[in-house]
Amino acid sequence: MLLEIEDVSLLYGRIQALHGISLTVDEGEIVALIGANGAGKSTTMRAISGIRPVATGRIRFAGQDITKMRPDLRVRLGLCQAPEGRGIFPGMSVLENLDMGAYTRRDRAGVAADLARVLELFPRLAERAKQPGGTLSGGEQQMLAVGRALMSRPKLLLLDEPSMGLAPMLIQQIFSIITEINQQGTTILLVEQNAQQALARAHRAYVLETGRIVKSGIGAELLHDPAVKEAYLGVA
Amino acid sequence: MSGAAERIRSDWRSVGERWRRAPKWMRWAVLAAVVLFFYALPNKEFYQYLGPIPTTGSNFGQVLFTVSIYVLLAVGLNIVVGFAGLLDLGYFGFFAVGAYTVAVLTSPSSDLKTHWPWLAVVPLAVALTMISGISLGTPTLRLRGDYLAIVTLGFAEMIRIAATSSTFLKGQRGFNQIPHPPGEYADGKPVFGVLDARPYYWLVLTLIILVVFGVRNLTRSRVGRAWVSIREDEDAAQLMGVPTFKFKLWAFAAGAAIGGLAGALYAGKVNFVNSQNFELLNSIIILAAVILGGSGNIVGAIVGGGLVAYLIERFRGIELFGWELYEFRFLFFGVVLVVMMIFRPEGLIPNRRRAAEFKDRRKEVSVGG
Repeated sequence: MLLEIEDVSLLYGRIQALHGISLTVDEGEIVALIGANGAGKSTTMRAISGIRPVATGRIRFAGQDITKMRPDLRVRLGLCQAPEGRGIFPGMSVLENLDMGAYTRRDRAGVAADLARVLELFPRLAERAKQPGGTLSGGEQQMLAVGRALMSRPKLLLLDEPSMGLAPMLIQQIFSIITEINQQGTTILLVEQNAQQALARAHRAYVLETGRIVKSGIGAELLHDPAVKEAYLGVA
Repeated sequence: MSGAAERIRSDWRSVGERWRRAPKWMRWAVLAAVVLFFYALPNKEFYQYLGPIPTTGSNFGQVLFTVSIYVLLAVGLNIVVGFAGLLDLGYFGFFAVGAYTVAVLTSPSSDLKTHWPWLAVVPLAVALTMISGISLGTPTLRLRGDYLAIVTLGFAEMIRIAATSSTFLKGQRGFNQIPHPPGEYADGKPVFGVLDARPYYWLVLTLIILVVFGVRNLTRSRVGRAWVSIREDEDAAQLMGVPTFKFKLWAFAAGAAIGGLAGALYAGKVNFVNSQNFELLNSIIILAAVILGGSGNIVGAIVGGGLVAYLIERFRGIELFGWELYEFRFLFFGVVLVVMMIFRPEGLIPNRRRAAEFKDRRKEVSVGG
């Protein structure tokens, strides 16, 4: 078990955002977390990466209890998140952004190799290498966020809404890249509103509703589950 | 935005481009000329040819000393506000800590009666301000944005009120006969005397150069990258493995140390420190100077600090329709700030990144609204 979340609750002030969530991610998997707006998907991500402290429960990563660990130390353990939306550094160039992804690493040769790999995965980023991140289009920023997270060479890559606000063609593209990254050996936990794509690509998936996990199972099976279909795929 | 403003903006950008493309020796030569100019500036033999630049209402050497202290403070505050993006409204509090440390340990009117020499206390004053920066930062740097601003504002006021009302810190009566920096000419006269402000100015100028080199090296290291990432997006920085709290604390401590150094230098020059020297307005002026010059850019901070301090002094002794302009100095200051925020919010000499961040934010606002 690479990641194991046990009965995690989280509070925003007096509002409870997560009510005892449990989920696991195995090495080599793509696991999707789907749900409507405000269901607590991004909050779960924040709990895992450590940006928000949890109220109760335990988080274990690679055999270690990280529930109370500082976020930057979690990155050193191999847990890296590509934040949702505009979570890139707008004033830094594309290359500087990618370089920040490798902030915790000291092996220059390995970083250079990973940079080449990321630029191969995202040729658009190579074209815009010197441009400030803030001047990229929404899709390019999304790619930059994913590429930057990859630069830390994570064991587990957390992706928060990688398809948000993208044109249908770009969505296809970003999901095939996600599959490719996974096939190259990175485990992925994916948060998505685009349930169709996420369930099709994921090995397993969890459905989140108002801070609780209401369903879980094999991605492809959930895709055909009538309740899921109705609620998240827009099919009656 | 009007076409004229856009044109000015692009002209400025091309100056910056040309500067970055110029060969290294040329940049060093220009830099050396500028440094030489400022070392020569307080000499009457030199400044009498500079037309309206020397101040009429007060001794030009004195004015330059004041200006240089402001520049040093601006360079220090720029680390906190410009590089790490922490809004510190109480920066002058650190200046006060530095000045009071020197006063308490050297002045004969202090209760401690230690009578230490000035030079021995300076490193102590810097260390103590650094510690006060860390002890203020440890609880407060977990706060963000507006909250941090309010706490730092409170800190500066605490220092000032403590100085006013505590008997140990002597309030309005203050500390006198604070010793000057050491050093004698061949004929036995002290280098740092009462009448001539120039040696003090040269001392501060030299320290500014040293501090600027130190800060520049720092910003080009991993520390600098961490600061910029925190300023641009603190969450994202944390997600990339930057220990944000530690680096914010470092920025705070480094800025505080420079503020303390400025305070120690000031105390050594004026040899009198009392609670009236540390009004809140000073914190605001320095912050405005950094923003005016272009926060995040060392040259910007220097220009901002120098310009603001100089212009305020320049108004002294000028009369217009029977009004003393000096009385209206803050009115002009306010008008300039408002105009700047409309036409050039990133400052006179902005950091390239900072300019891009501003553009990004503008885009966000226009998308949102």
